[in-house]
Amino acid sequence: MPNTQYAIRLEHITKTFGDVTANHDVTLEVRRGEILSLLGENGSGKTTLMNMIAGIYYPDEGEIYVGDQAVDIRSPRDALALGIGMIHQHFKLVDVFTALENIALCMEPGEKYDLKKVRSRARAICEKYGFALDLDQKIYEMSVSQKQTLEIVKVLYRGADILILDEPTAVLTPQETEKLFAVMSNMKADGKAVVIITHKLHEVLSISDRVAILRRGEYVGDVATKDADEALLTEMMVGKKVELDIDRPLPVNPVRRLSVHHLSVTGPEGGKVLDDISFDAYGGEILGIAGISGNGQKELLEAIAGLQNADGGAQIQFFAPGTEDKPTSLIGKSPKDIRDAGIHLSFVPEDRLGMGLVGSMGMTDNMMLKSYGSGHSPIVDRKAPRELAEEIREELGVVTPGLNTPVSQLSGGNVQKVLVGRELAASPIVLMTAYAVRGLDINTSYTIYRLLNEQKKKGVAVIYVGEDLDVLLELCDRILVLCGGKANGMLDARTTTKEEVGLRMTNLQQTKEVRA
Amino acid sequence: MAAHTSHPAEPLVRIARRKAAPLSRKIAVRAAAILLALVVDALFIFFVTGLNPISVYVVMWGGTFSTPVRFSWAMRDLSTLLCIGIALAPAFKMRFWNIGAEGQVLVGGLATALIMVYFGNSLPAPALFAAMVLGSVAAGALWGFVPAWFKARWNTNETLFTLMMNYVATSIVACMTNIMRGQASSLGTLNKATKAGWLPIIFGQRYTINIIVVLVLTFAMYAYLKYSKHGYEIAVVGESENTARYAGINVRRVMVRTMLISGAICGLCGFLIVAGKDQTISTTSAGGNGFTAIIVAWLAKFNTFYMALISFLLIFLERGASEIASAYSLNEYAADIITGVILFFILGSEFFINYRLIWRGHHKEVKGE
Amino acid sequence: MSSLIAWILRAIPFGTIIMYGAMGEIVTEKSGNLNLGVPGIMYLGGFAGFASAYFYENSVANPNPVLSVLIALICALAASALGGLIYAFLTITLRANQNVTGLALTTFGMGVANFFGVFILNGSTYSAAPLANKAFAAKIPVLSGLGVLGQTVFSYGFLAYAAIVLALVLHWFFTRTRAGLNLRAVGENPATADAAGINVTKYKYLATCIGAAICGVGGLYYVLDYNQGIWATTGQIEALGWLALALVIFTTWKPLNAIWGAYLFGILYWLYQFLPSILGITMSSAMTDLVQMVPYVVTIVVLIAVSMRRKKEDQPPAHLGLAYFREER
Repeated sequence: MPNTQYAIRLEHITKTFGDVTANHDVTLEVRRGEILSLLGENGSGKTTLMNMIAGIYYPDEGEIYVGDQAVDIRSPRDALALGIGMIHQHFKLVDVFTALENIALCMEPGEKYDLKKVRSRARAICEKYGFALDLDQKIYEMSVSQKQTLEIVKVLYRGADILILDEPTAVLTPQETEKLFAVMSNMKADGKAVVIITHKLHEVLSISDRVAILRRGEYVGDVATKDADEALLTEMMVGKKVELDIDRPLPVNPVRRLSVHHLSVTGPEGGKVLDDISFDAYGGEILGIAGISGNGQKELLEAIAGLQNADGGAQIQFFAPGTEDKPTSLIGKSPKDIRDAGIHLSFVPEDRLGMGLVGSMGMTDNMMLKSYGSGHSPIVDRKAPRELAEEIREELGVVTPGLNTPVSQLSGGNVQKVLVGRELAASPIVLMTAYAVRGLDINTSYTIYRLLNEQKKKGVAVIYVGEDLDVLLELCDRILVLCGGKANGMLDARTTTKEEVGLRMTNLQQTKEVRA
Repeated sequence: MAAHTSHPAEPLVRIARRKAAPLSRKIAVRAAAILLALVVDALFIFFVTGLNPISVYVVMWGGTFSTPVRFSWAMRDLSTLLCIGIALAPAFKMRFWNIGAEGQVLVGGLATALIMVYFGNSLPAPALFAAMVLGSVAAGALWGFVPAWFKARWNTNETLFTLMMNYVATSIVACMTNIMRGQASSLGTLNKATKAGWLPIIFGQRYTINIIVVLVLTFAMYAYLKYSKHGYEIAVVGESENTARYAGINVRRVMVRTMLISGAICGLCGFLIVAGKDQTISTTSAGGNGFTAIIVAWLAKFNTFYMALISFLLIFLERGASEIASAYSLNEYAADIITGVILFFILGSEFFINYRLIWRGHHKEVKGE
Repeated sequence: MSSLIAWILRAIPFGTIIMYGAMGEIVTEKSGNLNLGVPGIMYLGGFAGFASAYFYENSVANPNPVLSVLIALICALAASALGGLIYAFLTITLRANQNVTGLALTTFGMGVANFFGVFILNGSTYSAAPLANKAFAAKIPVLSGLGVLGQTVFSYGFLAYAAIVLALVLHWFFTRTRAGLNLRAVGENPATADAAGINVTKYKYLATCIGAAICGVGGLYYVLDYNQGIWATTGQIEALGWLALALVIFTTWKPLNAIWGAYLFGILYWLYQFLPSILGITMSSAMTDLVQMVPYVVTIVVLIAVSMRRKKEDQPPAHLGLAYFREER
């Protein structure tokens, strides 16, 4: 029965997108005066569920109660009227507006348009919580952490009885994170309900009162934070106790395959997104790259693959088997130049359907994305790609209605199998993967680990950019930590600790130490 | 259950994206759209003119099918419209909004006319035709190249750029026809006496060459987009520039190359209009086909055979409407209204192919409360 | 000197027509809708205003000029807003492609206006609404008699001044009001506007219909003032409609720039007629044809310059031309 101690209650919520069930029969409640962590793997339906509370999506089935009232939240407008505020994972900011104008968008209905008043109230909020924010700065001039801070100020300006935060700390510095946590504790003390979605277990444990867990779109259960530890939470999240237990053979006869020296990349806004990175990658080992997302991982891989321009003075050298004494420079080479030079460099990018594959094309046509140009005929040859597609479908168990079904209609795991399958088929010497298991179920993830290890045993130099530290520590041989675009230490994955990696991800060490 | 009495209304209708609609649904939705449009048009005809819509539609049918001459005119107009649609297909597939077909056709026609006038008496026929084709293709390609280059280099908005290029072309055509006509009040038919540069009559038909050329282009463009490496590149660039860069495709080059082709075919269309149809040039030689073809190319989703079908429908309407106009002493602008209404309905019908509606009450209530 | 004055006297009314068209399209585009139906909408507005004034004058014994103006204005606004509504329904509710829908609307609007126009003309080549024309074109009394200044500044119909006032009002609306801020947010980033509780659909509908109504006034001004109350089925309004779209780019989506931009376009448009006489040269008629491209070339140059400078504030609304669907993933 409805109970007023609940701020919001979801009953039997189901939401599907086409064939994909994002949430199935989820029942969940948030109490007043508590901070609830919503935990789950990528793709477990956390964001979709919260978006239904915020009015972005409308549930296919089920009921939502605010207090003891059954409500229909048809739009974000309805949600706001019910006192529901949400900080979305992707910024909801207008680029050409100033911070102040963005805050003004969130004024109460009927509130008089008085920017002076908005300014003084926004200032007061910043001062109260110690946020540094230039209200006259345009959004396009802001860093990601400034944007995130603005999002927090926005939601405080509007005020909310129920606040949802979707991965708010991903781009914040530790200091900013602490300020945010102070805000959350304040709201809790005021008797408001706070839901935070985060992957960082230490944050879950330090800030929340209760943890609710979703797995594959379904509600698994909840646990009081005081009774929880990382092992328990991980177990609930993935369904069984994770003895990650990833196979890690010792590197056999490592040979230098890729050498990066003094690599810097200037971002579109002028600042350095990569600052003087140097490292070597060896055949027969997996080199992990750790870092909070957005700290230069994407740029690093793209610069090597020829998709980003390196600043002057950088060196990227490729050592082909047999001609190790005569490396080829990759600087200034486009992806096509690299391919034409006979360099076997495979790259599984983070954005699978926006970069690695063409969503509207089937498996066959995606197989030839990099090879369609071979040969002199002006006509594309679809025979070999079709055979390759068939092979990958068989070997990796890709579930698809047909080889010509647009890959955008496949599930995330199958999409990744298609992409990884194609990249491995190119018999790489260096293989780069970015967030290769993001959003995949455990089984597919293990398939990917297995495939990477097979490559390693073949003598391929594997570079693995990951976000899950446990995986990085168990899968990789060495780990390069990136922080703010700088190299912040090369660690031996067999001896280092999670704490050490985590510390280096957030705090820049002395440069000298890194070099050593 | 008290809560349910105060339950606010679920939205009357919600919208969800449909995955891939089966072919039967696509056909049914479109047929329904055209049928509905015809009903609306019939109502319009009835209320404005008091005429019996059925008999009006019968007359309309006659506009294309009553005599062989009418049919050949319809085929002539069809070939013009379809030709421009084919030209636009690769650009649109690349998500490059070439709204400048009108201008590209005009400059192509102008190049043809200039060569006819100034070299008509000095060059032997094969060389003359070769020069006309080359000139028109080059002029059209140039008109496509300029906005494409700026788009590739500076990401200049191509929709607005190509639109403006139409009027630059119109001015140039006005200027050149003015020079060509000299003291005469109008340009009139070019090379009337010698017929130099006129496409020959084949099988007793004046427009045979136009129709054959467009027929060949229909197949060629279909094959180009579907089976050639260029076509593959165009598809990748159109889907995602990031993917194209990742695949090592030179996006700028593909963009410029595709617009050169698009403009060149428009230029060729200008050649067909001047040499094979009008034997003259004016600022209205393209006759708005450059704009109508945009709608044709879009509705056909870049498939040239669908384009032929849609072009036929539009030409049928247009000829039918002018038939009505002369039969009932109305005016030919009725064609624009009828076409406009049909286009609205077809455009609107796409929604019912791509999305599905979920009506109130379809939302399942949770049991066991 | 006298030809310079004559030039200005031509340029300002000409500029007024496209200023209305451009301002209407700015309002529409600020909501993220690129309406290529401007020419068609101007046809609808011009025709509805003309036809209503014509019927009023011919059916009433003693037609009242003020009433005639009111009727024409209301009909023009309503007809063009209706044109905008068709576009809005197709592109916003049914998510049809904006470019294609706009072009279809241009075809439709031209068809409707000319079909019924010819109907009314009933055989004669033109038809006049003299009273409405007189009322629309009435100069400002007293002031217009004040020498050169009076002649160049105060001798236009009231719609010419209304256009300037409207530009100021729109500027104020976009920069100083909450609704203006919301509207800009909708065109820049509808998902953000939506999340902030702004009714995106409502704003898009309103902006498109009101924008279309403003465009329609341009057509009305063309027929009942500029063209001396004559309805002629020429392609002139279409050309003006495209020029209005060019002006939108030229202003970089800022209503204040529309004032001087429109007059500049007017001056450029009439360049071929007045520049030779001012410079004391004769220009061949072929050259005058060529000079007519100048406004379009200037627009292209502005378009290129804006794209090269990449100044965010001068760019088209970021979501221009795209449909918004909240549940899109």
